[in-house]
Amino acid sequence: MEAWFALLVGIFFTVAVYLMLSKSIIRVLLGVAVLGNAVNLLIFTGGRLTRDVPPVIAGGVDTLGGPAANALPQALILTAIVISFSFFAFLLVLAWRAYEDLSTDNTDEMRVAEPVKEPMPPLGY
Amino acid sequence: MAVPTSSSVDLSAALVLGPTTGADWLVILPVAWCFAVGAVLVMLRRAVGLHPIIAVAGLVGLVLIDALLLGHVAAHGPETMVMGRWLPPFGIAFTVDLTGALFALVAAIVALAGGIFSLADINDSGRRYGFYPFLMLLMAGVSGAFLTGDIFNLYVWFEVLLISSFGLLVLGSEPEQIDGTVKYGFLNLVATTLFLVATGYLYAVFGTLNMADIARKAEGLRGSAPLMTLTALYVLAFGMKAAAFPVNFWLPASYHTPRVVVSALFAGLLTKVGIYALIRVMVMLFPVEREELSFVMALAGALTMIVGVLGALAQTDFRRILGYLVVSGIGSMLAGIAVGGPGGIGGAIFYALHSMLVMTGLYFAAGIAARLGGGSSIATVSGLYRKNVGFAALTLMLCFAVSGLPPFSGFWPKVMLVKAALDIGAWWLAAALLLAGFCTVIATGRLFLLAYWRDEPGAAAETVRLPPVVLVPLAGLSLLTLGIGLYPEPLLATIQSAAAGLAEPSAYLNSVFPAGGLR
Repeated sequence: MEAWFALLVGIFFTVAVYLMLSKSIIRVLLGVAVLGNAVNLLIFTGGRLTRDVPPVIAGGVDTLGGPAANALPQALILTAIVISFSFFAFLLVLAWRAYEDLSTDNTDEMRVAEPVKEPMPPLGY
Repeated sequence: MAVPTSSSVDLSAALVLGPTTGADWLVILPVAWCFAVGAVLVMLRRAVGLHPIIAVAGLVGLVLIDALLLGHVAAHGPETMVMGRWLPPFGIAFTVDLTGALFALVAAIVALAGGIFSLADINDSGRRYGFYPFLMLLMAGVSGAFLTGDIFNLYVWFEVLLISSFGLLVLGSEPEQIDGTVKYGFLNLVATTLFLVATGYLYAVFGTLNMADIARKAEGLRGSAPLMTLTALYVLAFGMKAAAFPVNFWLPASYHTPRVVVSALFAGLLTKVGIYALIRVMVMLFPVEREELSFVMALAGALTMIVGVLGALAQTDFRRILGYLVVSGIGSMLAGIAVGGPGGIGGAIFYALHSMLVMTGLYFAAGIAARLGGGSSIATVSGLYRKNVGFAALTLMLCFAVSGLPPFSGFWPKVMLVKAALDIGAWWLAAALLLAGFCTVIATGRLFLLAYWRDEPGAAAETVRLPPVVLVPLAGLSLLTLGIGLYPEPLLATIQSAAAGLAEPSAYLNSVFPAGGLR
């Protein structure tokens, strides 16, 4: 089970990196979304994968009997989902504003802050 | 809190049963204070006239709280507080040691200077768009990152400060700012995602997120667990946050675009949080892995220094020069972390604290220069010395400090770093440090020569008065720099014991697990 999930996480990362290497900002944005989910799956897999074993402690004992999935990574994922979703929303709006204001979605052409042909710095006076 | 006494379970093994002490409250107070002031500011969003007063008062309070915290930690050693009374490693712990308290105090001082400067720099529209609430939330994130003792919690604070920094960066929504924020936003998000990947792996390997717990478990897992992979991921993630050489391009692309005070705060706070996290993880959690990675980090540090300063030499814009100087300074800190030992780590901490004060001050100077000279290109701005001699003198002090010349604060960390590098035989690293310092002298010297000393053609040499709200923060930071340069002993002693506390974290561990704790 873990091996298949590892493979799946690998595919997610591949897709994310491929998309983020694009020049089009929408593809980069999609890459960021996939990357966030890749990490969530990675943490999920790191917390053990079991089926149908609820982490309930039986009466009379102090600790869990059999192997059960760790609940903490799932809490971590929940935090990470909230954060990455809010970031995605912000970046989506930002990308839209960039498209409106800079009239391009090509990151190579976004050179307002760093103009391409700049004069040499003054060498003397 | 009612504790069920009829239960046969021994609660003292999992919960803090005693009352919460005043020192415990002090540990969490910087973060709680920033959130509280930020929340008040958000609630008063219709009364933006009150924002500056409340925010500056709040930042004065933060400086006092952080000073108290540093005094407490210096006197009593590291202090731990756990959330929800769960004993570590179950509860999320806030653990303050000297390093964290020092960084938090200097960050608060920088933020206070920024708060005062913003009175002149942030107009009504900036206030309406929430500059002051964002500033307080940024400080909550920065303070939390310096004070937390839990590595996932550190990730959360990184995100808190990142989302506030987005808000500050786009304040004004000019095309340059949108452009800068796109690069800043995407690249920083990738960096924090890498941090999250590393933390996910770390939890899978260690089964704990408490830093003290990780530090004591690392020894037993070494050899059987992929700690090198973890460390390398952390170096990449924090290196990206700190703008180290191969992953530094977001910084010069964005730091010159926002409001001056925002640039100044970012230069003082954000990259240094990355450096702090790198020091914490590399020195305290994975010291053996740091040794093994030290050559790579030294190389990255040397390249960061040189590439940064060459970038500064190639720029015409005052603020873009400073952006590259921030990068160059990060290289020196990386070199210190790579060298290790009391000299290297102490030098890195000292350099980071110095850089927080000086880079913020220099951005203030850039803002005042733009105000006096009507632009930020050193090809056109001229005659600033004639316009205001006092301002020129303060800028010159900061230029000397950033170049590492005595008698300013940049001199001592540079001495420590060069000596530490020579002590381990890394002469090339020492040479890179000195070369970067020399080139910084040229870069800042040219800046001063052109923008300050060159006479403005055809202008009457009249003194222009500056409002005190812009001069006071600049003068405060410059004089602090001079004070540290002239009388470094108290700070140096504190930094040395901070570095010793990181290298030998038994006091930190004792604070988290007073009775040895659960194994």
